[in-house]
Amino acid sequence: MELLPILSSLRRHKLAAGLLMLEIAVACAILCNAVFMIRQRLSEMQVHTGLAESELVWLKTDGVSGADATPVTESNLAALRGIPGVKSAVVVASLPLSNDDMNFNPSMDADGKHRGPNMELMVGSPGYLHALGIKLVEGHDFSADDYAGVDTWLPHSPSMIVTRAVAERLWPGQSALGQAFWIGTKRYQVIGVVDHMVRGELRGNASEYTALFAARPSAELSSLYVLRADPSALDRVLRDAAAKLAALNPQMLINDKGTYPGLRGNYFASDRAMAWLLATVCTALLIVTALGIGGLASFWVAQRRRQIGIRRAIGATRGDILRYFQTENFLIVSGGIGLGMVLAYTINLALMSHYELPRLPLAYFPVGALALWLLGQLAVLGPALRASHVPPVVATRSV
Amino acid sequence: MFGYYLDLALRSLARNKVLTTLMVVALALGIGATITTLAVLRLLSGDPLPQKSAQLFYPQMDPYPANQPFSRSGKMPWLLSYVDAMNLLRARRAQRQAAVALSQVKVMPQTADGNPFYADGVMTTADFFPMFDAPFQYGAGWSAGDDDARAQVAVIAGFLNDQLFGGADSVGHMIRIEGHDFRIVGVLRPWAPQPRFYALHLGGHSYGKGQGVFVPLQSARADGITPSAMMSYGPGSGMDHLETSPAIWLGVWLELPDAAAVSTYRRFLANYAQQQVALGRFQKSRTAMPALMEWLRGEHVVPDDARLQAGLAFGFLLICVVNTVGLLLAKCLRRSREIGVRRALGASRAAIFVQFMVEAAIVGMVGGVLGLVFAELGLWGIRHQPAQYAGLAHLDLSMFLFTFVVALAASLIAGLLPAWRACAVAPAPQLKAA
Repeated sequence: MELLPILSSLRRHKLAAGLLMLEIAVACAILCNAVFMIRQRLSEMQVHTGLAESELVWLKTDGVSGADATPVTESNLAALRGIPGVKSAVVVASLPLSNDDMNFNPSMDADGKHRGPNMELMVGSPGYLHALGIKLVEGHDFSADDYAGVDTWLPHSPSMIVTRAVAERLWPGQSALGQAFWIGTKRYQVIGVVDHMVRGELRGNASEYTALFAARPSAELSSLYVLRADPSALDRVLRDAAAKLAALNPQMLINDKGTYPGLRGNYFASDRAMAWLLATVCTALLIVTALGIGGLASFWVAQRRRQIGIRRAIGATRGDILRYFQTENFLIVSGGIGLGMVLAYTINLALMSHYELPRLPLAYFPVGALALWLLGQLAVLGPALRASHVPPVVATRSV
Repeated sequence: MFGYYLDLALRSLARNKVLTTLMVVALALGIGATITTLAVLRLLSGDPLPQKSAQLFYPQMDPYPANQPFSRSGKMPWLLSYVDAMNLLRARRAQRQAAVALSQVKVMPQTADGNPFYADGVMTTADFFPMFDAPFQYGAGWSAGDDDARAQVAVIAGFLNDQLFGGADSVGHMIRIEGHDFRIVGVLRPWAPQPRFYALHLGGHSYGKGQGVFVPLQSARADGITPSAMMSYGPGSGMDHLETSPAIWLGVWLELPDAAAVSTYRRFLANYAQQQVALGRFQKSRTAMPALMEWLRGEHVVPDDARLQAGLAFGFLLICVVNTVGLLLAKCLRRSREIGVRRALGASRAAIFVQFMVEAAIVGMVGGVLGLVFAELGLWGIRHQPAQYAGLAHLDLSMFLFTFVVALAASLIAGLLPAWRACAVAPAPQLKAA
């Protein structure tokens, strides 16, 4: 196939071909960035919380105040453990992805001169690591004695467990076991390291900066109940647990309750909506671009009927005509893609500075190019086939 | 003449039904997407109190120790400590001033069969209502005297009044909040500034229906009601001694009527911070006092997603416009012969130009109407999104008119190039070819 005749014919349609190229360039730029953002959202939605998610239900109550808090909460927990299908029941300060958390900055020395990064303070009642399904990778779990009181959320027990992310951030290259930091004037020492445990909300690199502490139920630690149960019985367990709590504590208010998968779904609801919206716009964009390519190609075919007839009359096969239009389309789309890549990169740079988006990986460029080439070929196929069916006799007619 | 162009344009559009539909639908999709996202953006970035916002200011200072800054990027702390907030309030240097904190409060209906429920509560001081022009259905706000006397009084929102008292005048009735009886002194008309500027960083919602219960700050604290948001900047801060601990948990608002009052207050605030440094309470003397809209912009109240969506929609509209240009251009080049004949029969270049622009405008207007349908559809979709502001997304009259402005502008820009090419057609070669 000779490229020169195609190029010289395109030169006669500079404006239309240029516009089509521009359209493809903008489409390519938007497509690359939108698909990247969709992937970004989807991968965030895959986050590993560190919990046995499919087995957990939670009930958020208004808690118990006063001196009764410990015995009342403990008897509530005992009653909840009696529900068929419940493996364990605990109260915790907060749950990962619940949009509700307590944060602090540790001091790395006793006089508070050097401060560590902001992290979440996670507190739970006896056996909560096991109940939530959090995996210990180093050291050991809290002992029974560690579950003591708290002073406005600061546990009396000096033992703490940190996530691997905290261990690597605070004590890189050394074992975290036995290391310590201070909250205010209180010293806490690491007795164990857990694999994963994300915070109440995701915060980029700091999403897993969590320190876990032990405490027995108290006025502070009495509102959020978490039950681990058979995954197939979650809904029934949730209903039974709510009924049991209400029966045992007529004054207690259950503000909210649900399964952990439900809570996770809520956390990502807006990301999911945004991903759908991006996908919808991308689809609409591709359709409009395809229609534009097809529409312009039909016009060119109609305009060149005579020229096609002449070519056919002097020996061009139907295949030649078909390939002519396909190659022409390929050239225009290629030009558009080239321009589009530059534009895509520019848009990505702007997004990076305004929305904390990472750099667009290079792999998106060939994939985006391939998608647009395919789209172009599909859109031009109809008009090109029509062109290839123009009979040679057209050449002999005056239009 | 215009009627004739209209007739010509309609004929030309009718001749290529598929292509015309294609152009109209593509343009409508672009316009629909743009208007939908712009309506949301307008809603989110709107002025919550248009008549008053220029006179409302938000004082900030920095009690954080130097080695433990509030933020690494040098941002001012969002809230004030109780001591500083009360010092500003007691100084009475502004026309009006109020401190605000939010809390989730347990409300116990007074009827025998009522179940307790949680309501969004505001702890504030007397000037809150007149300063923010909160409209009363019954009664009025409490007085500064009530604040000092820790009076057990409350103002409730209209929707809570409907729920508890069937909409009747409930002034003088009691309401039980967190186990304490409060006497209702006022019932608000529906009032919910969007975004809820005074709730920012206090742990409440920025959009949607407003708070249900308003109680005097000191009375609520005496009853042990705790704020939803609290940040401590030193050891020894706990929820039970918030008044004295190194913790920030209050937003203060000031009403300053003119520029002179603003600069006077700025000086007062700077002096106050320097005094605190001298007293050893503060280590830094920096202060800030943004006006309401400046504060909202600085804190990026508009979600990033809404901006991204608007950007995406504009990109899409650009594609649709370029698409229309391409198709109109192809169409007009095919009609070179017709143009040649019209030129030969005496039509001027301007006449040809206007003829093609009329054609583009028709595409634009039809695209605009269809775009409006798409926008309504898009907003219906937004209303079913999980965002706080979702329920508020709607098209007002100005956005309705703006749709047609966008449609007409888009189509006229799209028509410009083809029309210019059409009027540049030289008649002689076209006639010869025939």
